[in-house]
Amino acid sequence: MIEFTFWDIVRNLLLAARWTVLLSLAAFIGGALVGLVVLFFRIAKNKWVKRIASGYIALFQGTPLLMQLFLMFFGLPMLGLRIEPWTAAALGLTFFASAYLAEIWRSGVDALPRGQWDAGASLGLHYLQELRLIILPQAFAITRAPTVGFLVQLIKSTALTSIIGFEELVRTSNAINNATFEPFKVYGLVALIFFALCFPLTQYARRLERVAAR
Amino acid sequence: MGYSLDFGWLAGAAGAIARGAATTVLLIAVTTLVGTVLSILGAAGKRNGPKPLQLAIATYVEVMRNTPFLVQLFFIFFGLPSLGVRLDPILAAMLAMTLNMAAYTIEIVGAGLDAVPRGQTEAALALGLRPRQVFIKIVLPQALKVIYPALTSQIVIMMLESAVVSQIAVRELTYEADMLQARTFRAFETYLVVTMVYLGLSMGLRRLLVAGGRRALGAGVS
Repeated sequence: MIEFTFWDIVRNLLLAARWTVLLSLAAFIGGALVGLVVLFFRIAKNKWVKRIASGYIALFQGTPLLMQLFLMFFGLPMLGLRIEPWTAAALGLTFFASAYLAEIWRSGVDALPRGQWDAGASLGLHYLQELRLIILPQAFAITRAPTVGFLVQLIKSTALTSIIGFEELVRTSNAINNATFEPFKVYGLVALIFFALCFPLTQYARRLERVAAR
Repeated sequence: MGYSLDFGWLAGAAGAIARGAATTVLLIAVTTLVGTVLSILGAAGKRNGPKPLQLAIATYVEVMRNTPFLVQLFFIFFGLPSLGVRLDPILAAMLAMTLNMAAYTIEIVGAGLDAVPRGQTEAALALGLRPRQVFIKIVLPQALKVIYPALTSQIVIMMLESAVVSQIAVRELTYEADMLQARTFRAFETYLVVTMVYLGLSMGLRRLLVAGGRRALGAGVS
């Protein structure tokens, strides 16, 4: 049997944490891009377009992320795509994030006074220019705290991708635990690494909130 | 050749899905009850308790909020036995869910308590109520009314997160789905159906909570 020293465990966990970070970043960037599209739909003037976006958001917020990941994992091959845990994990988390980010930013758009739209229109800007130059910059600025807060949630959510076989922190820790039989130490360390990733962001979100409240 | 969906297995699987859903409902019911009581105690302790208790509660909240539920679950189910505490999967799941949810709802209830004007407490004290009566009869109901929407959202989120406890072999909805797809080889269809069941559960749970809140806390609860 292979002997694991404490340092071996820590080193392997830290190496695996790279994938957790990478997946979080990929999902956050992907989610922001798709989320922007959903946001455009959500704040569109057409009632039906709006409804489709609301349905999309309700679907992702009303079902477990684990189910969404399973559907990605087993659904993608049916579309003829080759299946890999990384693809399913990144795509699943991207769609999950897009729904939440769109909803967060929509609340920012809604919070802006009507006059901002009117002022834009009276300056002769058309719809897209209004969005790009006036509405979205302000909506993003006032929703910065919940956006960072969601990033924390997203980092924690990457743990679920271990279940569909993506080799991130939790999956690696399961393997190490099976070899060392020291669950208390291994899962304690995993919790510590997640805490180290998330806590600074939580504090940052809190500071943004305080600044916004002033 | 294209893949064609097949739901023929569904007739024989309805019983298993219903049993799994019932367990999921049981899990969230226990979590809601215990978690709410715990978060009221926690929020009160964080506001008025002695300094060490305040610090302990704040630390607990931060640790729970900044680590994944799945890791907390594994820590409790696999880690605690090495301290001599061996839990049934379903008990471990209930414990993990309750502790996780309470970390969020302590903050929510705390915000509600802060929102009740100080004059309410003063008026109640002036009427001769004891401090405990003031908290239970005057401050708490008003606080709960303010934070009720946030509380229901958190309960629904916890119900959705409970899908993860299938990983420690609690026979809830996701576990039954795993078993079904292994038997029918219809993974996508199985998870699609179960996802829709979850969607129904979360919408139903939200309705139920709003209706229950209206009864218990009076009109104006949404």
